[in-house]
Amino acid sequence: MKYFTRLRVRRVYTWRGKPLRFNRKLKTFEYGSLSISVDGLPRTTIINAGQHILIEGEDEDNPYVAKVVRLFGDESGKQKKAVVQWFARVSEVPPSKLKLLGREPHPQEIFYYQGRSCDDEVNAESILRPVQVKHLDGAAPFPDSDDKDTLFVKLSWDSKTFKLVESAVVESASEPTPASSPPPFPKPSLPPSPPRSPPAAAPASRGPSRRALPTPDPSIMHRASSGDVRYRRATMSAGKASAAEAESLHSTSKLSASKCLSAKRRCSSASTPGVRKKLQLNSPEKMTREDLVDHLLDEDLESVMLAQRLSSSPPQAHSLTPLSKSHRAPVPPLTHRLVPLAHRLTPFRKTLGDPAGEDHLKPSDSPPSSAREDSTSPQQRDVMEAEFLTGSLKTPRRRNATPRRDMSTRGQKAATPSRKKEAKTPREPALAALAEVDNENSPMLPHALTPRSSKRKSAQLVSSRIRKQLNLLDNHRLSDSDGEEEDEFVPSKKELQSSSEEEEEEEEEEEEEGLDSDEETVGKRSRRNAAGSLTPRSKRKTHVSNRTPRKTPNKKITPGTPRTPRHATPSIPSRSLPARCPGNVLEEARARLHVSSVPESLPCREQEFQDIYSFVESKISDGTGGCMYISGVPGTGKTATVHEVMRCLQHAAEVDEIPPFHFIEINGMKMTDPHQAYVQILQKLTGQKATADHAAALLERRFSNPAPRKETTVLLVDELDLLWTRKQNVMYNLFDWPTRRHARLVVLTIANTMDLPERIMINRVASRLGLTRMSFQPYSFKQLQQIIMSRLNKVKAFEQDALQLVSRKVAALSGDARRCLDICRRATEICELSAAALVGMSHVMEALNEMFSSAYITAIKCASVQEQLFLRAVITEFRRLGLEEATFQQVFVQHQALCRVEGLQPVGVSEGLAVCQRLGACRLLLLEPSRLGVLQRVRLNASQDDVLYALKAD
Amino acid sequence: MPAQGMYGLWSMIKKGEYTENCNKAKHSSIMSKRKVQDAHLPVGECITEVQKMLRERLCHQRLPDKPEGVEAQHRHLLELLKRTAIHGESNSVLIVGPRGAGKTMLLRCVLRDLLEDKEAQTSLLQVHLNGLLQTDDRIALKEITRQLHLENVVGDKVFGSFAENLGFLLEALKKGDRSSSRPVLFILDEFDLFAHHKNQTLLYNLLDVSQSAQAPICVVGITCRLDVLELLEKRVKSRFSHRQIHLLSSATLAQYVERVQTQLSVPDDFPDTKFAQEWNDSIKVLCEDKSVEEVLQRHYNSSRDYRSMHMLLMLCLSRVSVAKPAIKPADLLEASRLCFADAKANMLHGLSILELCLIIAMKHLNDLYEGEPFNLQMIHNEFKKFLQRKSNSMYNFEQPVIMKAFEHLQQLELIRPVDGSSAKTQREYQLMRLMLDHSQIMDALQKYPQCPTEVKQWAMSAFG
Repeated sequence: MKYFTRLRVRRVYTWRGKPLRFNRKLKTFEYGSLSISVDGLPRTTIINAGQHILIEGEDEDNPYVAKVVRLFGDESGKQKKAVVQWFARVSEVPPSKLKLLGREPHPQEIFYYQGRSCDDEVNAESILRPVQVKHLDGAAPFPDSDDKDTLFVKLSWDSKTFKLVESAVVESASEPTPASSPPPFPKPSLPPSPPRSPPAAAPASRGPSRRALPTPDPSIMHRASSGDVRYRRATMSAGKASAAEAESLHSTSKLSASKCLSAKRRCSSASTPGVRKKLQLNSPEKMTREDLVDHLLDEDLESVMLAQRLSSSPPQAHSLTPLSKSHRAPVPPLTHRLVPLAHRLTPFRKTLGDPAGEDHLKPSDSPPSSAREDSTSPQQRDVMEAEFLTGSLKTPRRRNATPRRDMSTRGQKAATPSRKKEAKTPREPALAALAEVDNENSPMLPHALTPRSSKRKSAQLVSSRIRKQLNLLDNHRLSDSDGEEEDEFVPSKKELQSSSEEEEEEEEEEEEEGLDSDEETVGKRSRRNAAGSLTPRSKRKTHVSNRTPRKTPNKKITPGTPRTPRHATPSIPSRSLPARCPGNVLEEARARLHVSSVPESLPCREQEFQDIYSFVESKISDGTGGCMYISGVPGTGKTATVHEVMRCLQHAAEVDEIPPFHFIEINGMKMTDPHQAYVQILQKLTGQKATADHAAALLERRFSNPAPRKETTVLLVDELDLLWTRKQNVMYNLFDWPTRRHARLVVLTIANTMDLPERIMINRVASRLGLTRMSFQPYSFKQLQQIIMSRLNKVKAFEQDALQLVSRKVAALSGDARRCLDICRRATEICELSAAALVGMSHVMEALNEMFSSAYITAIKCASVQEQLFLRAVITEFRRLGLEEATFQQVFVQHQALCRVEGLQPVGVSEGLAVCQRLGACRLLLLEPSRLGVLQRVRLNASQDDVLYALKAD
Repeated sequence: MPAQGMYGLWSMIKKGEYTENCNKAKHSSIMSKRKVQDAHLPVGECITEVQKMLRERLCHQRLPDKPEGVEAQHRHLLELLKRTAIHGESNSVLIVGPRGAGKTMLLRCVLRDLLEDKEAQTSLLQVHLNGLLQTDDRIALKEITRQLHLENVVGDKVFGSFAENLGFLLEALKKGDRSSSRPVLFILDEFDLFAHHKNQTLLYNLLDVSQSAQAPICVVGITCRLDVLELLEKRVKSRFSHRQIHLLSSATLAQYVERVQTQLSVPDDFPDTKFAQEWNDSIKVLCEDKSVEEVLQRHYNSSRDYRSMHMLLMLCLSRVSVAKPAIKPADLLEASRLCFADAKANMLHGLSILELCLIIAMKHLNDLYEGEPFNLQMIHNEFKKFLQRKSNSMYNFEQPVIMKAFEHLQQLELIRPVDGSSAKTQREYQLMRLMLDHSQIMDALQKYPQCPTEVKQWAMSAFG
């Protein structure tokens, strides 16, 4: 208590106990636990390694969540540090990525953070207090809890995708997880203390929860025993955790087999004795087999084991046959053992199926992969058998429809109202029938294997079918990607395989969502079903467009009912028939030439691309910030190039060449007021909505405070000149933030004028913008030609000369690529009209004339006699006055004189004014406001020569 | 500007196409009923029928079956819109032509033809905006959102602030893509006025969407300004496809006369064929009349557009009655006289002698000082000189009476104060200008009933 002060809410941090060890190199002592006491309160909070804690962050309401991995301090005892494993809150996940979740995140949901870009070492004094983190299974609903201190983990987040996270990883005390593994360290000798508000039941679940083998998760056990039936999935993932562990051991192929073994031993020795014992009692045979399987995987002994296992399977199956509804009590642990086994398969499948995953693992992975493949099949078989033993024929997708019909659950608690179960039963035959069909082509079968059907089938009856399916599965395994596995969490990838099957799946996932709580009844489900079938449009929408999150179809079901606009989805209704595709060569060419079509590459901007790329890349990999100013006349590919750079960088980040980063984009033209820039940046960064002032403050805080984990943000500001304000504070902030030490912000700005910084910016703004400038020159005719050629991409629609004409003409006028493409597009239309096969010179000439020729001459030629006379009178009057301006009265006198000369009846003043106004409306004349009547002044809007030429040409 | 505003409102009312279809339906049902019953109707009913039919035509409520003289433009626009509606290609186009040239009519004809296609009809969404109504982007955005029935519309009310609305619309358009979203047709009437909105935000965003892979839209601008492209900012201009459809009529006099004839003729399916025949014959005779040709020539010289012609024919048509069941050349002459009548000169007929005298005094001052402004005191002096010369006290008025007459003239806007000299100076010394041309004054004096000869002479005399 040496930091004791009089401040009221001052926390005092002290080590508890003696240092566990001393690191000589770093000169740090490692401790087992830390105690936090608040001044004036007798209570002290103790933080142990392995506990979940809250860490002070920028947002006081939502402190960061992490798990303590290690606690250490320096020799003097002044510095206290903790190595943590981070969890990301919903608010920390960028909203754009949040869509990948495919559902509304729970407010208390957190994600196991696997990104690499953040420091896992924090100051121990930023620790606020412990928090309870519960692992939930992927499909399990969030419990309704008033306890704000309980957070739930379902998925992991590696700044790109969400993945299922294993409960062992989250809840086990101190085992470093494979994905985020900090350097290995010894386990604490002290058992971690229970979470602050431990659940009341099941003491067995409270022990040190570190488990290497797929024993049931403590929380699950607890839930199971305390009457919560939703634990099946958790068990599954517990199984997966172990599988992942095995895999990690496996993939580090440098480890010797013995090392693996020792690791294994270490793990198993650490698992809960109580639970372990119980399990062993129930399924001793199974247990050993499990271990054997691990060995088998690690040491490539599969051929031997295969035989062993194959021989052991049939008796196993027989021994399990009595497993059914009627025999509840003794069985559950067995099913427990079965299920995890089934699920060890999934990680393998993942690595096998996922090409990206294979990329990473290739060198170390390829030798054992074949072994693994082999070894999985017996397991699979086992699993299949297990499945059929319990009478289920469900496909993976169906599994969620009846998540609570687990035997073991019922076994453990007889109190489960059986009525619920019966209510659901009528649905099953149909589903099972469907499933039988589905099974044939579903590659992800093992995933689904949970005993839950009330139907009972003997293994013998279906064994032939199983074999068939296993063959199928083996065939599928390598070819199929694990898209479906990911589908559950990343709905946006759904359209990879756009088949009706997928659509079905989707509907069912919606159903799943509907079955969130125990109290949800069949009635609700059927309502959802009905709604789903009533909206063919929404279904198609999700099917076609990948951007729609899974939520939207639900929302769209009732478009007619008035909703609060707060939840309105911005969308244009979709059309009933898809747009027609181009039919002939000219249409194809036209589609390709449309400015909107995204070209495969951006020709002629290689140098600029390179410059921007290297600028941004260096900033991202250094974790620093900077500004760049890009100028160029419209249509020279500024925005397109930056987007292309970002696409490349994002790809690089995906394959882990550079750290992940955030790309956001604002456009000065797409906001109503310069200060809206703050609002838009904030919204795109965090999804928060705020007023401009508040948003500015939040951003200021965000960019100036150090945050333990932060990705680089790349901000593209298009049409920068629109962000000009009198005090220039918007621009100032935009350029000032990157200079902050902790901001990690790269700002790319785009505007049209080269000298914008000098012209409109005051010194302190221009200085912050810096000198990284780039100017996009207008395209030369050769470049334009190349652009068209690359767009056409061998579609033969243009004569070479015609292309050259267009590009030369445009290059001479503006060098605007948009213009060039538009002219070509128009030329194809003209060509189509004239029924020529190839766009020739004449067509291009016509298009050029249409677009570039001034209409003044034609307009004058087509004007009425009086209008022409009036124009002539204007010129005469100008000549008489020697000025380029005259009043209507003066011109009118000339006009009447000319009328007499021409032998026409002189016009009245009103008529003369009407003529004058008509010419003014076309802007052949420039007029003062018409309320001035005869006194209004008249000027020509074209040169006198043009007018005279047009008048004479008659 | 007020004149333009009025024009806008009138054109909005006239162009209100929305009643057209039901009118048409009603019309045809009446016609078919008549046909079945009886081929010979009483003259009165025939006249009513003809007037109704022609009025619809002349007031732009009924579209011609085929736009005349603009076939190429019609085809171009139809093809363009079809590609948007069916292929989902984004486009932007401007229809440019002088007032009354038939721009809106062309667009409506094209839309009518386009919507005959079932596919286009079911998919195309339309947004109609008018620069005179949507005077800034805030209003325009609300209107767009309302017409598109986006989800932040409840009933007829659009929720959210300006910034939110913009964000919402852009997000909606961004979410769409070429093949699956319904194409949206944006029709911007008085396109040039949208270019005066702050930063041209709306135009930029619409044209940007039309040039990027978002929901397919077609932006059709209608304007009478030939220099409209110069109004666009260069980044907005670059995003515009530069397609312009010019409507410049180059009809000859013969075509003009023919057009008059077709506009007045009744179709063959008129219920009473005999009356229709007679009517059409009378129209033909009318158009061949020498004096009529002269009148039409004069109109043709003045302007060739449809609207002024329709105005003339409308006046003729309203003179048709049961007693006179045809348009006679005299009717046309009278209508033409009305059309060409000078508005200001007509107003002078309603002035008192004193006011007329003041006007004449002003005319003399104008002559004397070559258009320099004058004030009431100068006018009064000039008038006094005239009275002294005539030594006749019948026109001797008190100063307040003259003041009153002067104010009346100012109210009629026959004179207006010089800009910037209004507030401070005493009313007698406020500088004024005459808003009339000499010819108008002389014209009015000639026609003024019982104008005293000395006043006339005074007006004629070269010097006051």
